[in-house]
Amino acid sequence: MHTLDSVDAASLRSDIPAFRAGDTLKVNVKVVEGQRSRIQAFQGVVIRRQGAGVRETFTIRKISFGVGVERTFPVHSPTLDSIEVVTRGDVRRAKLYYLRSLRGKKAKIKEKRETAPAN
Amino acid sequence: MTTQQTRTVKAALGTKLGMTQVWDEAGRLVPVTVVAIGTNVVTQVRTEETDGYAAIQLAHGQIDPRKVTQPLKGHFEKAGVTPRRHLVEVRTSDAGEYSLGQEITVEAFEAGSKVDVVGTTKGKGTAGVMKRHGFGGASASHGAHRNHRKPGSIGGAATPGRVFKGMRMAGRMGNVRQTVQNLTVHAVDAEKGLLLVKGAIPGPKGGVVLVRNAVKGA
Repeated sequence: MHTLDSVDAASLRSDIPAFRAGDTLKVNVKVVEGQRSRIQAFQGVVIRRQGAGVRETFTIRKISFGVGVERTFPVHSPTLDSIEVVTRGDVRRAKLYYLRSLRGKKAKIKEKRETAPAN
Repeated sequence: MTTQQTRTVKAALGTKLGMTQVWDEAGRLVPVTVVAIGTNVVTQVRTEETDGYAAIQLAHGQIDPRKVTQPLKGHFEKAGVTPRRHLVEVRTSDAGEYSLGQEITVEAFEAGSKVDVVGTTKGKGTAGVMKRHGFGGASASHGAHRNHRKPGSIGGAATPGRVFKGMRMAGRMGNVRQTVQNLTVHAVDAEKGLLLVKGAIPGPKGGVVLVRNAVKGA
């Protein structure tokens, strides 16, 4: 319980699905162009999730036209229209920086097998 | 000093609670400092006739009644309020419109307006010149000998034969009054008595600050 929890509570979003590093997400970002606003999707692997509370952020990495692109979003940002979890990844790290030096098949993350008992 | 002060000042004492972040309507991230403006009461009104200038005295904060000295006790009694912890005088030309015991809350400020915040900075104790005055120090290597954070020369030799007054040196740093001007009020929470000010303000969490409408600017 921190002093400013009540102030932060107003900014926190409750519609964010559970996800962790290794998961593939489709993030729908609201983009405002002049008067119009549209939704732009950014799909890739979560390589990092850091911070807590209102200042928590996550970073998505994708390969766009052969170039690695990373984008960091605040988890509770109102500019995120929605977040969809595409696949759950099977990884043994919380920070997947090693993906930056891998490409092709090596940079692929195994999908998590959901049937495994949780223990 | 012949200028006539005709500035109306709105001010209130509060407590710095800390910093956090919020998003504005456009979805931009705004760093804010949260200031809890408890109820302030007017304990004295100074007027041109009696005091030679117009001002109001504000009081804020709880205090153990046993700690209040007799003179202060009488001062608060005169205003018809219970003793408070902190007192501050604010010069304002519209002091006559205030009455003794009048309460001032966070609603004196409105979102979007500019304010100045006065506080006491965090004390740093004895600090060297690099931290205290931003000196560059000396090289970490290249034969530098035990002078990495020293100030270097502090003046000439036989001429002038002394060190000039005001030479910046090591010493006590912080714990001084500081004013940050032209901060934007991001939001006002009248229910909780909170003021969200964009940017940083001096002092530690829990420190007492004076918030008043901006001196400069439109």
